[in-house]
Amino acid sequence: MKKNNNIKPPGSEISANPEKAISNNFRKSRYPRFGLPTLVLFGILLIWFIISYTNLFPAYALPSPGAVWKSFLEEIMAGRLINDIIASLWRVAVGFVLSAALGIPTGLWLGQHLRARQAFVPMLNFFRFLSPLAWIPFAILWFHIGDKPAIFLIFMATFFPLAMATMAGVATIPSIFFRVARDYNYKGFELLSKVTFPAVLPQVITALRVSYGISWVVIVAAEMVGCQDGLGYGIWEARNGLRLDSAVCYMIIIGLLGMGIDRLLAQLTKLPTVRWGYER
Amino acid sequence: MKDKTSDSRLVFENVSHSFGEVAVVKDMDLTVISGEVVVLVGPSGCGKTTILNLLSGYIEPVSGTIQREGIIRTVYQSDGLFPWLTVSENISLGLRSLKNASHHKKEMDDLIELIHLEGFENHYPHQLSGGMRQRVELARVLAGDSDILLMDEPFSALDYQTRLRMRRELIRLLEKRPRTVVFVTHDIEEAAQLADRVLVLSSRPATIRRELIIKAPRPRDLTDRAVIEAMKEILTELGL
Repeated sequence: MKKNNNIKPPGSEISANPEKAISNNFRKSRYPRFGLPTLVLFGILLIWFIISYTNLFPAYALPSPGAVWKSFLEEIMAGRLINDIIASLWRVAVGFVLSAALGIPTGLWLGQHLRARQAFVPMLNFFRFLSPLAWIPFAILWFHIGDKPAIFLIFMATFFPLAMATMAGVATIPSIFFRVARDYNYKGFELLSKVTFPAVLPQVITALRVSYGISWVVIVAAEMVGCQDGLGYGIWEARNGLRLDSAVCYMIIIGLLGMGIDRLLAQLTKLPTVRWGYER
Repeated sequence: MKDKTSDSRLVFENVSHSFGEVAVVKDMDLTVISGEVVVLVGPSGCGKTTILNLLSGYIEPVSGTIQREGIIRTVYQSDGLFPWLTVSENISLGLRSLKNASHHKKEMDDLIELIHLEGFENHYPHQLSGGMRQRVELARVLAGDSDILLMDEPFSALDYQTRLRMRRELIRLLEKRPRTVVFVTHDIEEAAQLADRVLVLSSRPATIRRELIIKAPRPRDLTDRAVIEAMKEILTELGL
């Protein structure tokens, strides 16, 4: 029966058997969206389990799922995990908000002034290609240990891409919008806030999501050197104690939190005033 | 709301324009008087849009003088609406000079009714059909205190039947709210159906080759004698 299904074109089955058609429809709508990723997840867990069960790698090099789960409970009980999550989220939030608050206006300004672009773009590009990790020595010398060096590193990692993306967005605004704005006497700040900004907002939201991704990657590295807590510090400490089970536990948390917050940012694309930017 | 076209006027005196070496408009004299519908027809690339840009003041001519009296607004071919604003927010761009909230509301209701888009006030442009979007554009330029409408092939992005309907729509709107209109098109039917005066342009650099006055009352059917005769004359003038 199963073999037959594979050979038949999918349509023929639907017309022959209405009950099947319903289950097929169900498949089409919900199964792939939630079912497939769950399937992949379980597949990977299974492979992981098999590898660690058969001792393909020594336990200290590849912790088993059970060991990771145990260390997860341990970290939760000790309150460390929650503390580290809050510390990392706080640093990312501050660095990210700072860089958005400065980077987006900078991008708008650059986008509107040719001379400013000519003057600053080469320098912006230079800094954009400089890995934020290269700033670690300065971060620690200038800001010592604590939240500040991490925030500084996140700022350095996200300011330049955000400003550049906003600037590029302004450059691609169709000139017709400015002509209409001129017909209706938009000038100066009103032009910027009522025309230029809403016209680039869809692209700015995309840039925010990308640079949020960067900052979530950078925070781990930043906390390994400049902090006494945070998710990155947790991994570093796990390494020092040769507790890879704890390191994997932290890695899973970092990945899940990153995904979750990106889903939140993705909600911004559903705002009615930016929908147009994603529907062409 | 304004129902007179009192002092609007557009005058070209000996206007020439070029982009670098390419002469686009040459020694053009043109006077558009209050309440008149002037249609410019010409081969593609002859500089029609440049003439509109000169009329609106978006560009200044290389030589010659242009007088503009009255508030000028432009209807574009497509995508002239701000996509981040709803239908009523887009129309209220045209009502920016109206400070009184209750006047504003009344005028908005009038305009929505005028273009038959009741119920679509809070829709965004990307949720509307091409014809509906152009009707919103028409409402926006007719709103408030505008005097002169420049139209840059406003219906050319629409399908044929919608285009025919929009011509009627424009005539109807202008009857309710008379304005001075300069309409640029490559569509000869459109010119013959809409114009008080058709100006046939030569290929680049644009000069006025022929002026054709059509006296028949509007709305004119495509098959009306006056329309067919005007079309014949325009076609001959264009060498088609």
